[in-house]
Amino acid sequence: MTGAASRDGYGAALLDLAGDDRIVVLEADLGKSTKSCLFRAEHPQRAFSMGIAEQNMMLVAAGLASTGMIPFASTFAIFTERGFEQVRNGIARPGLVAHICGSHGGIHTGTDGSSAQSIEDLAIYRTLPNMTVMHPCDASSTRALTKALVNHGSASYTRTVRNKTRKIYTDEEAAKLKIGEFSVLTEGSDVAILACGVMVQEALDAAETLAGEGVHATVVDVHTLKPFDHDEMKRISESCGAVVTAEDHSIIGGLGGAVAESLTAHHPVPLERVGVKDTYGMSGQPAELMEHYGLTANDIVDAAKTAIRRRNV
Amino acid sequence: MSDNTPEFTDKSVDELVDIARGCRREIVKMVKRANAGHPGGSLSVIDLIVGLYGRTLRVSPTEPKHPGRDRLILSKGHASPAMYAALHAFGFLDETDLHSYRMFNGICQGHVDSKWTPGVDFSGGSLGMGLSFGLGVAISGRLTGRDHHSWVILGDGECQEGEIWEAAMAASHHRLENVTVIVDVNGIQNDDFVDQQMVMGDLSAKWAAFGWKVRDINGHDMTEIAEAIEWSKTTVGPCVILARTTKGKGVSFMENNPSFHGKAPDDEEFKLAMEELA
Repeated sequence: MTGAASRDGYGAALLDLAGDDRIVVLEADLGKSTKSCLFRAEHPQRAFSMGIAEQNMMLVAAGLASTGMIPFASTFAIFTERGFEQVRNGIARPGLVAHICGSHGGIHTGTDGSSAQSIEDLAIYRTLPNMTVMHPCDASSTRALTKALVNHGSASYTRTVRNKTRKIYTDEEAAKLKIGEFSVLTEGSDVAILACGVMVQEALDAAETLAGEGVHATVVDVHTLKPFDHDEMKRISESCGAVVTAEDHSIIGGLGGAVAESLTAHHPVPLERVGVKDTYGMSGQPAELMEHYGLTANDIVDAAKTAIRRRNV
Repeated sequence: MSDNTPEFTDKSVDELVDIARGCRREIVKMVKRANAGHPGGSLSVIDLIVGLYGRTLRVSPTEPKHPGRDRLILSKGHASPAMYAALHAFGFLDETDLHSYRMFNGICQGHVDSKWTPGVDFSGGSLGMGLSFGLGVAISGRLTGRDHHSWVILGDGECQEGEIWEAAMAASHHRLENVTVIVDVNGIQNDDFVDQQMVMGDLSAKWAAFGWKVRDINGHDMTEIAEAIEWSKTTVGPCVILARTTKGKGVSFMENNPSFHGKAPDDEEFKLAMEELA
Protein backbone atom coordinates (compact mmCIF):
# COMPACT_ATOMS: atom_id res chain seq x y z
CA MET A 1 0.00 0.00 0.00
CA THR A 2 1.70 3.16 -1.19
CA GLY A 3 0.53 6.55 -0.06
CA ALA A 4 -2.13 5.17 2.23
CA ALA A 5 -3.23 6.29 5.68
CA SER A 6 -2.78 4.05 8.70
CA ARG A 7 -6.57 3.83 9.01
CA ASP A 8 -6.56 2.07 5.62
CA GLY A 9 -4.29 -0.54 7.17
CA TYR A 10 -6.78 -1.05 9.98
CA GLY A 11 -9.62 -1.58 7.52
CA ALA A 12 -7.54 -4.01 5.49
CA ALA A 13 -6.60 -5.97 8.62
CA LEU A 14 -10.25 -6.42 9.62
CA LEU A 15 -10.90 -7.93 6.21
CA ASP A 16 -7.83 -10.14 6.52
CA LEU A 17 -9.17 -11.42 9.83
CA ALA A 18 -12.75 -11.91 8.68
CA GLY A 19 -12.36 -15.66 8.16
CA ASP A 20 -12.29 -16.02 11.95
CA ASP A 21 -15.93 -16.23 13.08
CA ARG A 22 -15.05 -14.72 16.44
CA ILE A 23 -14.30 -11.33 14.89
CA VAL A 24 -17.10 -8.79 15.47
CA VAL A 25 -16.93 -5.15 14.37
CA LEU A 26 -18.65 -2.38 16.32
CA GLU A 27 -19.15 1.09 14.88
CA ALA A 28 -20.34 4.43 16.23
CA ASP A 29 -21.41 6.15 13.01
CA LEU A 30 -17.84 6.65 11.81
CA GLY A 31 -17.23 3.41 9.98
CA LYS A 32 -16.48 5.26 6.75
CA SER A 33 -13.81 7.23 8.60
CA THR A 34 -12.20 4.46 10.63
CA LYS A 35 -12.40 2.12 7.61
CA SER A 36 -14.31 -0.57 9.46
CA CYS A 37 -16.83 0.02 6.63
CA LEU A 38 -14.72 -2.35 4.53
CA PHE A 39 -15.58 -5.19 6.91
CA ARG A 40 -19.22 -4.15 7.10
CA ALA A 41 -19.56 -4.28 3.32
CA GLU A 42 -18.34 -7.88 3.19
CA HIS A 43 -19.66 -9.22 6.50
CA PRO A 44 -22.73 -7.19 7.52
CA GLN A 45 -23.96 -9.93 9.85
CA ARG A 46 -20.89 -9.44 12.06
CA ALA A 47 -20.81 -5.62 11.93
CA PHE A 48 -23.03 -3.77 14.40
CA SER A 49 -23.91 -0.10 14.40
CA MET A 50 -24.07 1.22 17.93
CA GLY A 51 -25.12 4.69 16.78
CA ILE A 52 -23.46 7.78 18.14
CA ALA A 53 -23.13 6.19 21.57
CA GLU A 54 -19.55 5.35 22.47
CA GLN A 55 -20.09 4.41 26.11
CA ASN A 56 -22.54 1.68 25.15
CA MET A 57 -20.20 0.49 22.40
CA MET A 58 -17.37 -0.11 24.87
CA LEU A 59 -19.46 -2.30 27.15
CA VAL A 60 -21.06 -4.19 24.24
CA ALA A 61 -17.46 -4.99 23.27
CA ALA A 62 -16.83 -6.15 26.83
CA GLY A 63 -19.88 -8.41 26.81
CA LEU A 64 -18.85 -9.93 23.49
CA ALA A 65 -15.31 -10.49 24.76
CA SER A 66 -16.66 -12.21 27.89
CA THR A 67 -18.11 -14.93 25.65
CA GLY A 68 -14.90 -15.51 23.70
CA MET A 69 -15.70 -13.32 20.71
CA ILE A 70 -13.02 -10.89 19.48
CA PRO A 71 -14.59 -7.45 19.18
CA PHE A 72 -13.00 -4.53 17.35
CA ALA A 73 -14.69 -1.26 18.29
CA SER A 74 -13.68 1.88 16.49
CA THR A 75 -14.46 5.56 16.26
CA PHE A 76 -12.41 8.77 16.25
CA ALA A 77 -9.62 8.70 18.83
CA ILE A 78 -11.16 11.67 20.59
CA PHE A 79 -14.56 9.97 20.90
CA THR A 80 -13.15 6.78 22.35
CA GLU A 81 -12.21 9.05 25.22
CA ARG A 82 -15.89 9.67 26.00
CA GLY A 83 -16.00 6.02 26.96
CA PHE A 84 -12.72 6.08 28.87
CA GLU A 85 -14.22 5.08 32.20
CA GLN A 86 -16.12 2.33 30.40
CA VAL A 87 -12.83 1.07 28.97
CA ARG A 88 -11.23 1.30 32.39
CA ASN A 89 -13.95 -0.33 34.49
CA GLY A 90 -15.72 -2.42 31.87
CA ILE A 91 -12.91 -3.79 29.69
CA ALA A 92 -9.43 -3.45 31.18
CA ARG A 93 -10.24 -3.98 34.86
CA PRO A 94 -12.00 -7.34 34.38
CA GLY A 95 -9.26 -8.36 31.95
CA LEU A 96 -11.51 -8.72 28.90
CA VAL A 97 -9.81 -8.88 25.52
CA ALA A 98 -11.55 -6.22 23.45
CA HIS A 99 -9.78 -4.10 20.86
CA ILE A 100 -10.38 -0.40 20.40
CA CYS A 101 -9.20 1.65 17.46
CA GLY A 102 -9.17 5.43 17.55
CA SER A 103 -8.72 6.99 14.13
CA HIS A 104 -7.97 10.62 13.33
CA GLY A 105 -5.38 10.91 16.08
CA GLY A 106 -3.32 14.07 16.42
CA ILE A 107 -3.04 17.59 15.04
CA HIS A 108 -2.34 16.04 11.61
CA THR A 109 -6.09 15.38 11.38
CA GLY A 110 -6.28 18.89 9.94
CA THR A 111 -9.18 21.12 9.01
CA ASP A 112 -11.76 19.64 11.42
CA GLY A 113 -9.93 21.60 14.09
CA SER A 114 -9.19 21.07 17.75
CA SER A 115 -12.35 19.15 18.72
CA ALA A 116 -11.37 16.27 16.45
CA GLN A 117 -7.63 16.29 17.14
CA SER A 118 -6.94 13.96 20.05
CA ILE A 119 -3.60 14.81 21.60
CA GLU A 120 -4.05 12.90 24.86
CA ASP A 121 -5.36 9.44 23.89
CA LEU A 122 -2.03 7.64 24.11
CA ALA A 123 -1.37 9.14 27.53
CA ILE A 124 -4.67 8.15 29.10
CA TYR A 125 -4.84 4.59 27.74
CA ARG A 126 -1.23 4.00 28.76
CA THR A 127 -2.23 4.40 32.41
CA LEU A 128 -4.55 1.38 32.38
CA PRO A 129 -3.33 -2.04 33.58
CA ASN A 130 -4.11 -4.81 31.06
CA MET A 131 -4.05 -2.40 28.10
CA THR A 132 -1.73 -2.59 25.11
CA VAL A 133 -1.30 0.78 23.38
CA MET A 134 -0.13 1.07 19.78
CA HIS A 135 0.36 3.86 17.28
CA PRO A 136 1.80 2.44 14.05
CA CYS A 137 3.33 4.75 11.46
CA ASP A 138 1.95 3.53 8.15
CA ALA A 139 -0.73 1.37 6.59
CA SER A 140 1.37 -1.77 6.25
CA SER A 141 2.49 -1.82 9.86
CA THR A 142 -1.01 -0.97 11.09
CA ARG A 143 -2.34 -3.87 9.07
CA ALA A 144 0.24 -6.31 10.39
CA LEU A 145 0.01 -5.22 14.03
CA THR A 146 -3.80 -5.18 14.03
CA LYS A 147 -3.78 -8.74 12.71
CA ALA A 148 -1.34 -9.72 15.44
CA LEU A 149 -3.84 -8.57 18.09
CA VAL A 150 -5.92 -11.69 17.53
CA ASN A 151 -3.24 -13.77 19.23
CA HIS A 152 -2.48 -11.12 21.82
CA GLY A 153 -3.86 -11.77 25.27
CA SER A 154 -4.91 -8.33 26.41
CA ALA A 155 -7.21 -5.49 25.54
CA SER A 156 -5.74 -2.89 23.25
CA TYR A 157 -6.02 0.67 22.03
CA THR A 158 -4.61 1.44 18.59
CA ARG A 159 -4.39 4.98 17.25
CA THR A 160 -4.53 5.49 13.51
CA VAL A 161 -4.43 8.72 11.50
CA ARG A 162 -6.69 10.28 8.93
CA ASN A 163 -4.22 11.38 6.25
CA LYS A 164 -1.89 9.57 3.92
CA THR A 165 1.69 9.24 5.06
CA ARG A 166 4.87 7.90 3.56
CA LYS A 167 5.23 4.15 3.29
CA ILE A 168 7.85 3.06 5.84
CA TYR A 169 7.56 -0.74 5.60
CA THR A 170 7.00 -3.24 2.85
CA ASP A 171 4.36 -5.82 3.75
CA GLU A 172 7.14 -8.36 4.28
CA GLU A 173 8.98 -6.06 6.68
CA ALA A 174 5.76 -5.19 8.49
CA ALA A 175 4.95 -8.86 9.00
CA LYS A 176 8.10 -9.18 11.13
CA LEU A 177 7.07 -6.45 13.59
CA LYS A 178 6.19 -7.65 17.06
CA ILE A 179 3.80 -5.98 19.49
CA GLY A 180 5.87 -4.53 22.32
CA GLU A 181 9.23 -4.49 20.52
CA PHE A 182 10.98 -1.40 19.17
CA SER A 183 11.53 -1.31 15.42
CA VAL A 184 14.97 0.19 14.82
CA LEU A 185 14.99 1.82 11.37
CA THR A 186 18.51 3.26 11.35
CA GLU A 187 21.46 2.83 13.72
CA GLY A 188 23.77 5.66 14.71
CA SER A 189 25.71 6.40 17.88
CA ASP A 190 25.34 10.17 18.29
CA VAL A 191 21.67 10.56 19.17
CA ALA A 192 18.54 8.41 19.30
CA ILE A 193 15.25 9.63 17.83
CA LEU A 194 12.22 7.71 19.03
CA ALA A 195 9.07 8.45 17.07
CA CYS A 196 5.56 7.15 16.55
CA GLY A 197 2.83 7.63 13.97
CA VAL A 198 3.23 10.42 11.44
CA MET A 199 6.42 11.60 13.15
CA VAL A 200 8.36 8.51 12.04
CA GLN A 201 8.71 9.94 8.53
CA GLU A 202 9.82 13.26 10.04
CA ALA A 203 12.37 11.44 12.19
CA LEU A 204 13.84 9.69 9.16
CA ASP A 205 14.13 13.04 7.33
CA ALA A 206 15.73 14.59 10.39
CA ALA A 207 18.25 11.76 10.57
CA GLU A 208 19.16 12.38 6.94
CA THR A 209 19.73 16.08 7.58
CA LEU A 210 21.81 15.29 10.66
CA ALA A 211 23.88 12.77 8.70
CA GLY A 212 24.74 15.53 6.24
CA GLU A 213 26.23 17.39 9.18
CA GLY A 214 28.16 14.36 10.40
CA VAL A 215 25.72 13.46 13.17
CA HIS A 216 24.58 9.84 13.07
CA ALA A 217 21.20 9.05 14.57
CA THR A 218 19.42 5.90 15.59
CA VAL A 219 15.78 6.13 14.53
CA VAL A 220 13.21 3.94 16.25
CA ASP A 221 9.58 3.42 15.31
CA VAL A 222 7.89 2.97 18.67
CA HIS A 223 4.72 1.42 17.29
CA THR A 224 3.89 0.01 20.72
CA LEU A 225 3.91 2.44 23.62
CA LYS A 226 2.73 -0.20 26.05
CA PRO A 227 4.12 -2.69 26.90
CA PHE A 228 7.20 -0.51 26.55
CA ASP A 229 10.46 -2.04 25.31
CA HIS A 230 12.61 -1.08 28.30
CA ASP A 231 15.48 -3.42 27.35
CA GLU A 232 15.93 -1.88 23.94
CA MET A 233 15.49 1.61 25.37
CA LYS A 234 18.34 0.98 27.80
CA ARG A 235 20.61 -0.38 25.09
CA ILE A 236 19.95 2.58 22.81
CA SER A 237 20.33 5.23 25.50
CA GLU A 238 23.64 3.67 26.55
CA SER A 239 24.97 3.67 23.01
CA CYS A 240 23.71 7.15 22.03
CA GLY A 241 23.72 9.10 25.29
CA ALA A 242 21.13 11.60 24.04
CA VAL A 243 17.47 11.01 23.16
CA VAL A 244 14.72 12.84 21.28
CA THR A 245 11.08 11.79 21.19
CA ALA A 246 8.75 12.86 18.39
CA GLU A 247 4.98 12.45 18.48
CA ASP A 248 1.86 14.15 17.17
CA HIS A 249 0.50 14.12 20.71
CA SER A 250 0.93 16.10 23.89
CA ILE A 251 4.48 16.01 25.23
CA ILE A 252 2.81 15.06 28.52
CA GLY A 253 2.19 11.38 29.11
CA GLY A 254 2.55 9.90 25.64
CA LEU A 255 5.73 8.70 23.96
CA GLY A 256 7.77 11.46 25.63
CA GLY A 257 6.34 10.46 28.96
CA ALA A 258 6.97 6.75 28.41
CA VAL A 259 10.58 7.37 27.37
CA ALA A 260 11.17 9.74 30.29
CA GLU A 261 9.87 7.11 32.72
CA SER A 262 12.07 4.43 31.21
CA LEU A 263 15.23 6.56 31.06
CA THR A 264 14.77 7.74 34.64
CA ALA A 265 14.51 4.19 35.87
CA HIS A 266 17.22 2.55 33.76
CA HIS A 267 19.74 4.94 32.22
CA PRO A 268 19.19 8.68 32.59
CA VAL A 269 20.47 10.73 29.63
CA PRO A 270 19.38 14.12 28.24
CA LEU A 271 15.91 13.91 26.64
CA GLU A 272 14.23 16.45 24.35
CA ARG A 273 10.53 15.99 23.59
CA VAL A 274 9.09 17.09 20.25
CA GLY A 275 5.30 17.15 20.40
CA VAL A 276 2.30 19.31 21.15
CA LYS A 277 3.33 21.62 23.96
CA ASP A 278 0.38 21.52 26.35
CA THR A 279 -1.99 23.33 24.02
CA TYR A 280 -4.89 22.55 21.67
CA GLY A 281 -4.86 22.47 17.90
CA MET A 282 -6.88 24.42 15.36
CA SER A 283 -8.05 24.19 11.76
CA GLY A 284 -5.59 24.17 8.90
CA GLN A 285 -3.88 21.89 6.43
CA PRO A 286 -1.77 19.21 8.10
CA ALA A 287 1.50 20.67 6.82
CA GLU A 288 0.61 24.15 8.07
CA LEU A 289 -0.33 22.78 11.46
CA MET A 290 2.76 20.61 11.83
CA GLU A 291 4.89 23.65 11.09
CA HIS A 292 2.98 25.83 13.53
CA TYR A 293 3.08 23.35 16.40
CA GLY A 294 6.74 22.44 15.94
CA LEU A 295 6.18 18.92 14.59
CA THR A 296 8.57 18.85 11.61
CA ALA A 297 11.87 17.23 10.73
CA ASN A 298 13.57 20.57 11.37
CA ASP A 299 12.17 20.67 14.88
CA ILE A 300 13.58 17.19 15.47
CA VAL A 301 16.98 18.26 14.11
CA ASP A 302 17.04 21.20 16.52
CA ALA A 303 15.98 19.00 19.41
CA ALA A 304 18.69 16.47 18.56
CA LYS A 305 21.37 19.16 18.61
CA THR A 306 20.08 20.42 21.96
CA ALA A 307 20.14 16.92 23.44
CA ILE A 308 23.67 16.34 22.19
CA ARG A 309 24.80 19.71 23.60
CA ARG A 310 23.30 18.87 26.98
CA ARG A 311 25.07 15.51 26.97
CA ASN A 312 28.41 17.13 26.19
CA VAL A 313 28.18 19.77 28.93
CA MET B 1 -17.11 -28.84 30.44
CA SER B 2 -20.30 -30.64 29.53
CA ASP B 3 -21.96 -29.92 26.19
CA ASN B 4 -25.43 -29.46 27.58
CA THR B 5 -26.56 -26.11 28.87
CA PRO B 6 -27.14 -26.34 32.62
CA GLU B 7 -30.72 -26.87 33.76
CA PHE B 8 -32.43 -24.39 36.05
CA THR B 9 -33.35 -25.15 39.63
CA ASP B 10 -37.14 -25.25 39.68
CA LYS B 11 -38.31 -24.01 43.07
CA SER B 12 -41.86 -23.42 44.27
CA VAL B 13 -42.97 -19.95 45.26
CA ASP B 14 -43.04 -20.99 48.92
CA GLU B 15 -39.50 -22.31 48.72
CA LEU B 16 -38.34 -19.07 47.09
CA VAL B 17 -39.94 -16.99 49.83
CA ASP B 18 -38.05 -19.05 52.42
CA ILE B 19 -34.77 -18.74 50.53
CA ALA B 20 -35.18 -14.97 50.21
CA ARG B 21 -35.80 -14.65 53.95
CA GLY B 22 -32.56 -16.53 54.65
CA CYS B 23 -30.73 -14.33 52.16
CA ARG B 24 -31.99 -11.20 53.92
CA ARG B 25 -30.38 -12.40 57.15
CA GLU B 26 -27.10 -13.07 55.35
CA ILE B 27 -27.20 -9.62 53.71
CA VAL B 28 -27.51 -7.84 57.05
CA LYS B 29 -24.84 -10.06 58.61
CA MET B 30 -22.39 -9.38 55.77
CA VAL B 31 -22.84 -5.64 56.04
CA LYS B 32 -22.56 -5.79 59.83
CA ARG B 33 -19.35 -7.85 59.73
CA ALA B 34 -17.79 -5.50 57.18
CA ASN B 35 -19.19 -2.46 58.99
CA ALA B 36 -19.82 -1.10 55.50
CA GLY B 37 -21.80 -1.83 52.37
CA HIS B 38 -25.22 -1.29 50.88
CA PRO B 39 -28.01 -3.00 52.81
CA GLY B 40 -30.97 -0.97 51.50
CA GLY B 41 -30.60 -1.80 47.82
CA SER B 42 -29.63 -5.39 48.59
CA LEU B 43 -32.82 -5.93 50.58
CA SER B 44 -34.93 -4.33 47.85
CA VAL B 45 -33.47 -6.50 45.06
CA ILE B 46 -33.10 -9.86 46.79
CA ASP B 47 -36.53 -11.26 45.92
CA LEU B 48 -35.84 -10.56 42.24
CA ILE B 49 -32.45 -12.27 42.33
CA VAL B 50 -33.78 -15.31 44.18
CA GLY B 51 -36.69 -15.48 41.74
CA LEU B 52 -34.29 -15.58 38.81
CA TYR B 53 -32.10 -18.31 40.29
CA GLY B 54 -35.08 -20.38 41.34
CA ARG B 55 -37.24 -20.03 38.26
CA THR B 56 -35.18 -19.53 35.14
CA LEU B 57 -31.39 -19.18 35.30
CA ARG B 58 -29.65 -22.10 33.61
CA VAL B 59 -26.45 -22.03 35.62
CA SER B 60 -24.44 -24.61 37.48
CA PRO B 61 -22.21 -24.26 40.55
CA THR B 62 -20.02 -27.05 39.19
CA GLU B 63 -19.56 -25.29 35.84
CA PRO B 64 -19.89 -21.57 36.62
CA LYS B 65 -18.21 -20.61 33.33
CA HIS B 66 -20.25 -22.88 31.06
CA PRO B 67 -20.47 -21.06 27.71
CA GLY B 68 -24.15 -21.85 27.33
CA ARG B 69 -25.16 -20.50 30.74
CA ASP B 70 -27.63 -17.71 31.26
CA ARG B 71 -26.12 -14.52 32.66
CA LEU B 72 -27.36 -12.58 35.65
CA ILE B 73 -25.81 -9.15 35.26
CA LEU B 74 -26.17 -7.12 38.44
CA SER B 75 -25.57 -3.70 36.99
CA LYS B 76 -26.31 -2.09 40.35
CA GLY B 77 -23.18 -3.84 41.55
CA HIS B 78 -23.21 -2.29 45.00
CA ALA B 79 -26.07 -4.66 45.87
CA SER B 80 -23.38 -7.34 45.98
CA PRO B 81 -24.50 -8.76 49.36
CA ALA B 82 -27.75 -9.83 47.70
CA MET B 83 -25.84 -11.55 44.90
CA TYR B 84 -23.47 -13.29 47.32
CA ALA B 85 -26.33 -14.44 49.55
CA ALA B 86 -28.13 -15.91 46.54
CA LEU B 87 -24.94 -17.53 45.22
CA HIS B 88 -24.59 -19.14 48.65
CA ALA B 89 -28.21 -20.30 48.66
CA PHE B 90 -27.82 -21.87 45.22
CA GLY B 91 -24.53 -23.62 45.89
CA PHE B 92 -21.90 -21.36 44.32
CA LEU B 93 -20.42 -20.04 47.55
CA ASP B 94 -19.79 -21.51 51.01
CA GLU B 95 -20.98 -19.80 54.14
CA THR B 96 -17.36 -18.97 54.97
CA ASP B 97 -17.02 -17.18 51.63
CA LEU B 98 -19.68 -14.73 52.78
CA HIS B 99 -17.34 -13.75 55.63
CA SER B 100 -14.89 -12.41 53.06
CA TYR B 101 -17.26 -9.64 51.95
CA ARG B 102 -15.23 -6.41 51.76
CA MET B 103 -12.33 -8.09 53.59
CA PHE B 104 -8.72 -7.91 52.45
CA ASN B 105 -8.16 -10.24 49.49
CA GLY B 106 -11.65 -11.70 49.96
CA ILE B 107 -13.46 -13.40 47.09
CA CYS B 108 -16.60 -11.39 47.86
CA GLN B 109 -15.40 -7.96 46.78
CA GLY B 110 -17.19 -4.75 47.76
CA HIS B 111 -18.90 -4.62 44.38
CA VAL B 112 -19.64 -7.69 42.25
CA ASP B 113 -16.53 -8.70 40.35
CA SER B 114 -16.23 -11.45 37.74
CA LYS B 115 -12.52 -11.89 38.42
CA TRP B 116 -13.07 -12.80 42.05
CA THR B 117 -16.34 -14.64 42.53
CA PRO B 118 -17.57 -17.85 40.89
CA GLY B 119 -21.01 -17.28 39.40
CA VAL B 120 -20.51 -13.55 38.90
CA ASP B 121 -20.47 -12.74 35.18
CA PHE B 122 -20.13 -8.98 35.27
CA SER B 123 -17.87 -6.60 37.17
CA GLY B 124 -20.04 -3.79 38.46
CA GLY B 125 -19.50 -0.87 40.77
CA SER B 126 -19.74 1.84 38.15
CA LEU B 127 -23.40 2.39 37.35
CA GLY B 128 -24.88 2.35 33.87
CA MET B 129 -22.77 -0.36 32.25
CA GLY B 130 -24.58 -3.65 32.80
CA LEU B 131 -27.21 -3.42 30.10
CA SER B 132 -24.58 -2.70 27.43
CA PHE B 133 -22.60 -5.71 28.64
CA GLY B 134 -25.73 -7.82 28.45
CA LEU B 135 -26.26 -6.73 24.85
CA GLY B 136 -22.73 -7.86 23.98
CA VAL B 137 -23.49 -11.29 25.44
CA ALA B 138 -26.81 -11.33 23.58
CA ILE B 139 -25.18 -10.45 20.25
CA SER B 140 -22.70 -13.24 20.82
CA GLY B 141 -25.59 -15.64 21.38
CA ARG B 142 -27.13 -14.60 18.09
CA LEU B 143 -23.85 -15.10 16.21
CA THR B 144 -22.89 -18.41 17.80
CA GLY B 145 -26.37 -19.94 17.98
CA ARG B 146 -26.14 -20.42 21.76
CA ASP B 147 -29.52 -19.72 23.33
CA HIS B 148 -28.31 -18.18 26.60
CA HIS B 149 -30.30 -15.27 28.00
CA SER B 150 -29.00 -12.05 29.61
CA TRP B 151 -30.93 -10.97 32.69
CA VAL B 152 -29.86 -7.45 33.60
CA ILE B 153 -30.81 -5.86 36.92
CA LEU B 154 -30.74 -2.07 37.08
CA GLY B 155 -31.58 0.42 39.80
CA ASP B 156 -34.07 3.21 39.22
CA GLY B 157 -31.50 5.84 40.21
CA GLU B 158 -29.10 4.09 37.85
CA CYS B 159 -31.46 4.90 34.99
CA GLN B 160 -30.16 8.47 35.26
CA GLU B 161 -27.01 7.27 33.50
CA GLY B 162 -27.11 8.11 29.80
CA GLU B 163 -25.50 4.82 28.82
CA ILE B 164 -28.65 2.98 29.95
CA TRP B 165 -30.63 4.75 27.24
CA GLU B 166 -27.89 4.29 24.65
CA ALA B 167 -28.17 0.58 25.37
CA ALA B 168 -31.98 0.64 25.43
CA MET B 169 -31.92 2.11 21.92
CA ALA B 170 -29.40 -0.43 20.68
CA ALA B 171 -31.30 -3.46 22.03
CA SER B 172 -34.40 -2.30 20.28
CA HIS B 173 -32.62 -1.39 17.05
CA HIS B 174 -30.94 -4.79 16.83
CA ARG B 175 -34.14 -6.60 17.94
CA LEU B 176 -32.35 -8.48 20.68
CA GLU B 177 -34.82 -10.98 22.12
CA ASN B 178 -32.38 -12.75 24.40
CA VAL B 179 -32.06 -9.97 26.95
CA THR B 180 -34.44 -8.93 29.72
CA VAL B 181 -34.10 -5.97 32.06
CA ILE B 182 -35.46 -5.87 35.59
CA VAL B 183 -35.44 -2.43 37.22
CA ASP B 184 -35.39 -2.44 41.00
CA VAL B 185 -37.58 0.64 41.48
CA ASN B 186 -36.97 1.33 45.16
CA GLY B 187 -37.22 5.11 44.89
CA ILE B 188 -34.02 5.92 46.78
CA GLN B 189 -30.47 6.58 45.61
CA ASN B 190 -27.24 7.42 47.41
CA ASP B 191 -27.95 10.93 48.62
CA ASP B 192 -31.73 10.97 48.90
CA PHE B 193 -35.05 9.95 47.36
CA VAL B 194 -34.85 9.60 43.59
CA ASP B 195 -37.50 12.28 43.14
CA GLN B 196 -35.30 14.74 45.04
CA GLN B 197 -32.16 13.93 43.04
CA MET B 198 -33.57 13.65 39.54
CA VAL B 199 -37.21 13.08 38.73
CA MET B 200 -37.43 10.01 36.50
CA GLY B 201 -41.01 10.67 35.41
CA ASP B 202 -42.93 7.81 33.86
CA LEU B 203 -40.34 5.02 33.65
CA SER B 204 -42.83 2.74 31.95
CA ALA B 205 -43.48 5.27 29.19
CA LYS B 206 -39.74 5.94 28.82
CA TRP B 207 -38.89 2.28 28.24
CA ALA B 208 -41.89 1.83 25.95
CA ALA B 209 -40.78 4.84 23.92
CA PHE B 210 -37.41 3.14 23.43
CA GLY B 211 -39.16 0.12 21.94
CA TRP B 212 -39.37 -2.16 24.96
CA LYS B 213 -42.31 -4.26 26.21
CA VAL B 214 -43.00 -3.19 29.78
CA ARG B 215 -44.56 -4.97 32.74
CA ASP B 216 -45.09 -3.42 36.16
CA ILE B 217 -45.00 -5.71 39.18
CA ASN B 218 -44.69 -5.76 42.95
CA GLY B 219 -41.03 -6.69 43.28
CA HIS B 220 -41.55 -8.43 46.61
CA ASP B 221 -44.38 -10.73 45.53
CA MET B 222 -42.73 -13.98 44.47
CA THR B 223 -45.79 -15.09 42.50
CA GLU B 224 -45.77 -11.87 40.49
CA ILE B 225 -41.99 -12.18 39.98
CA ALA B 226 -42.35 -15.73 38.69
CA GLU B 227 -45.18 -14.72 36.37
CA ALA B 228 -43.23 -11.74 35.02
CA ILE B 229 -40.23 -13.95 34.27
CA GLU B 230 -42.51 -16.28 32.30
CA TRP B 231 -44.10 -13.30 30.55
CA SER B 232 -40.74 -11.98 29.41
CA LYS B 233 -39.70 -15.39 28.09
CA THR B 234 -42.84 -15.75 26.00
CA THR B 235 -43.09 -12.16 24.76
CA VAL B 236 -41.38 -10.78 21.67
CA GLY B 237 -38.97 -8.38 23.31
CA PRO B 238 -36.83 -6.83 24.42
CA CYS B 239 -38.75 -6.88 27.69
CA VAL B 240 -38.36 -4.82 30.84
CA ILE B 241 -39.90 -5.64 34.19
CA LEU B 242 -40.38 -2.61 36.43
CA ALA B 243 -40.29 -4.11 39.89
CA ARG B 244 -41.75 -1.75 42.47
CA THR B 245 -39.83 -2.41 45.65
CA THR B 246 -39.13 -0.98 49.07
CA LYS B 247 -35.59 0.00 49.90
CA GLY B 248 -34.45 -1.92 52.98
CA LYS B 249 -37.43 -4.35 52.70
CA GLY B 250 -37.81 -6.63 55.70
CA VAL B 251 -36.00 -4.52 58.29
CA SER B 252 -38.40 -1.94 59.71
CA PHE B 253 -35.96 0.88 60.42
CA MET B 254 -34.23 0.47 57.06
CA GLU B 255 -37.41 0.46 55.01
CA ASN B 256 -37.74 3.50 52.79
CA ASN B 257 -34.90 5.14 54.72
CA PRO B 258 -32.27 6.83 52.54
CA SER B 259 -29.67 6.68 55.30
CA PHE B 260 -29.45 2.89 54.90
CA HIS B 261 -28.47 3.07 51.24
CA GLY B 262 -24.85 2.67 52.20
CA LYS B 263 -24.53 2.24 55.96
CA ALA B 264 -24.11 -0.68 58.33
CA PRO B 265 -26.41 -1.11 61.35
CA ASP B 266 -25.01 -0.55 64.85
CA ASP B 267 -25.17 -3.35 67.43
CA GLU B 268 -28.68 -2.52 68.66
CA GLU B 269 -29.98 -2.14 65.14
CA PHE B 270 -28.37 -5.40 64.09
CA LYS B 271 -30.04 -7.26 66.96
CA LEU B 272 -33.41 -5.83 66.02
CA ALA B 273 -32.89 -6.67 62.35
CA MET B 274 -32.08 -10.29 63.17
CA GLU B 275 -35.22 -10.54 65.30
CA GLU B 276 -37.35 -9.15 62.51
CA LEU B 277 -35.82 -11.50 59.95
CA ALA B 278 -36.03 -14.60 62.15
